[in-house]
Amino acid sequence: MRTPLSVRIFQSLPRTAWLALAIFAAIAWIAIPAAHLLLPEGHALHVSAYTVTLLGKILCYAVVAVAMDLIWGYAGILSLGHGVFFALGGYAFGMYLMRQIGTDGSYGVDLPDFMVFLDWKELPWFWIGSDSFLWALFLVVAVPGLLAFVFGWFAFRSRIKGVYFSIITQALVYATMLLFFRNETGFGGNNGFTDFKRILGYDITSPQMRLVLFGLSAALLIAVLVLGRYLVTSKFGRVLAAIRDAESRVRFIGYQPTQYKLAIWTLSAVLCALAGALYVPQVGIINPSEMSPANSIEIAVWVAVGGRGTLIGGVIGAFIVNLAKSFFTVSFPDYWLFFLGFLFIGVTLFLPDGVVGLWRKLRGRRPAPAESDAPAPSVATKGAKA
Amino acid sequence: MSTAMHDTIAASGRAGDSHVLRPGELDLSHKVILYLEEISVSFDGFKALNKLSLTIDAGELRAIIGPNGAGKTTMMDVITGKTRPDSGKAFFGQTLDLTRMNEPEIAHAGIGRKFQKPTIFESHSVFENLELAMKTDKRVWKSLFAQLTSEERDRVSDTLKRIRLQTEADRPAGLLSHGQKQWLEIGMLLMQEPRLLLLDEPVAGMTDEETERTAELFVSLAGEHSLVVVEHDMSFVEALGGQVTVLHEGSVLAEGSLAKVQADPRVIEVYLGR
Repeated sequence: MRTPLSVRIFQSLPRTAWLALAIFAAIAWIAIPAAHLLLPEGHALHVSAYTVTLLGKILCYAVVAVAMDLIWGYAGILSLGHGVFFALGGYAFGMYLMRQIGTDGSYGVDLPDFMVFLDWKELPWFWIGSDSFLWALFLVVAVPGLLAFVFGWFAFRSRIKGVYFSIITQALVYATMLLFFRNETGFGGNNGFTDFKRILGYDITSPQMRLVLFGLSAALLIAVLVLGRYLVTSKFGRVLAAIRDAESRVRFIGYQPTQYKLAIWTLSAVLCALAGALYVPQVGIINPSEMSPANSIEIAVWVAVGGRGTLIGGVIGAFIVNLAKSFFTVSFPDYWLFFLGFLFIGVTLFLPDGVVGLWRKLRGRRPAPAESDAPAPSVATKGAKA
Repeated sequence: MSTAMHDTIAASGRAGDSHVLRPGELDLSHKVILYLEEISVSFDGFKALNKLSLTIDAGELRAIIGPNGAGKTTMMDVITGKTRPDSGKAFFGQTLDLTRMNEPEIAHAGIGRKFQKPTIFESHSVFENLELAMKTDKRVWKSLFAQLTSEERDRVSDTLKRIRLQTEADRPAGLLSHGQKQWLEIGMLLMQEPRLLLLDEPVAGMTDEETERTAELFVSLAGEHSLVVVEHDMSFVEALGGQVTVLHEGSVLAEGSLAKVQADPRVIEVYLGR
C-alpha cells in the first residue's frame, strides 16, 4: 500500500520534466564533451574551453539559485547572505586544491605560497588533513552546514523574520568577508587561493578534467532539481509553504516552524556549498570578493528574474542574468550594473512571477503560487491509489 | 480520541481504581478540562486580564461574551501559549501546566484554536488545509516521508462532508467565501482532534443560514469535545444553549444561563454604558 520512496521521487516530477532533464543530461554529458574534444577548433560547432568553463560556472550558479528558491520561494525566507555558504564551500575545497600544488609553488616548498610569504613555518591547525580529498569533501558540507545551523537556530528561535532576517544575513556575509580579507585568518587574505594545479593528482587545466567538472556541475544541478521537487511536493514542502503564508496558524495546529525552517535553511546552505566547491576548480580562484554583499543580492535577483517558487525559475534566471553579464562585461563593461538594476526594477514592476510566470501567463495558465506543474492532486485518484 | 477520554473518565469513575497517567496525557479525573485561576496579564500598565478565574467542564459548551477590550482574546492567547500571564495558574485537565508549554505543545496536548480573522493556508487546496491540520506526528522527519493512508483520506473526506466543502476539495482555499473560510478553519480544528476547542467569533461574516448550521455543528460537538465560544451575536449564543460567562475589564462579571446574565443589572450596565 505504501509507495516506495524511489517511485514517489519519480512521480514528483511530471513526465515532460524528466524528458527535459534527460535532454539536458545528454547535452551536458555527451554533446558538449564531444563538441569540445572531437571537433577541431574553428569548426562551427566546436565548443571552446572558455564556453565550457563559462557554462560550468553558470551551472554552479543555477544550483545556488535553486537552493535560494527553496528557502525564498517556498519558505518565504529571503537570505541576502547566501554567498557566504557558496564561498565557504569554495574555500573548503580550495584548501585541498592549495595542498595539491605541493612543491610546485613559486617557493618550491610544501606550504601554500601565501603562508611562505607571511613567513609562517607550518600549517595552522585548521589546515590539518586538508591534503585529504575526503576530508575536504567533509569540510565542504560540514563547515557551511554548521554555520547555517547555528545562525538559523538563533535567528528562527528568536522568530526573526522578513526584512530583519534579510538584513542580518547581509551582516553575516559582510562580517565573514572582512574576516577573510585579513591575512592572519589563514586563507590567503584578499588574494585568496589561486594557481591550482591538480585534483587527485590529475592536471586541473586538462580538457578532460574541465569536462569532468562541467559534467559534475550538471549532475549536481539535476540532483538538486529532483531533490527540490520531491521536497516541495512532499508534506514537508506543504508545511513550508504554510509557514510562508500563515506561520502562527502552523504553530497552533501543532508544527514547530523553527525546526522546519532550520531544516530547509541548512539544506539550502549545504547545496550552495557544494556548488561553491565545484565552482572554484573551474574558475581557478576563490577570494573574499565572493562574499561581497552585492554578490549575495545578485543571487536573489536570479531567482526573482526566473520566477520564485518554481525551482526551474532559478535556473532560467541564473542563465539569463549571467549570460547577459558575460556579454555586458566584455562589450559594455561600464553599463553592466545599470543593466542589472534596470533588470531587477523591470522584473519587480512588470513580471512579479518572473520569466516562468510570464511563460505560464502566455500559455493561459493560472500562476499557482507554490506548485503548479504537479498533476492535479485529485482526491479521487489519490484515494484509488491508496 | 474520544474513546481515550472516555477511558480516562471511566477509569477515574471506578471505585478504588487508581488511574495511571502517562506524562503529557490529559487528566480529566475531576471532570474539569480547563482551570484558570487568578490570571493577570498587563500590557504597558494596561490590565488586559485582572485576576481572571474560570473553569470549563469536560464536554461543556461555554459561550463567553463581553464588550470590546474585556480580555476575551487575551484569555485565549494565555490558554494557547501565545501570551504568558504575569501571575496566576492555567491548567489543562489536572496536570498540564499551560504556562510552561509553547503553542505547538499545547496544540498536541489537545487544544485547538480558531482565530477571529479566519486564518487558513490560502495557496493550499481545501483538502491540503485539512491534511496539514490532521492529528499525526508533526516532526520534520515524519513530514518528509509522510503518505496519506486510505484511512486518513477517509477522515479528511468525513470532515469535508461535515463542513460542507466536499465540492471545493481541490480549490485553493483563498478562493472560498468568507463563511466557507470560517468553516474550513473549524474543519482544520476538528482534524486536530482537540479535546478543547477555542473559537473566537466563529460566525462573524456568515449568513444567517450559515450561522444556524454552525450552531448546530457546535451543539453536536459538545459532549465529545469541550467548546469555548467567544461571540457577540446573542441569537447565536442563545442557539448554543450552554452556560454563558460575561467578561468585563479582564475578569468575570457574571456567569449562568443567557437569560440569567441578561437579567443581571451589572451586565446591563456594562453593555448599555454608564
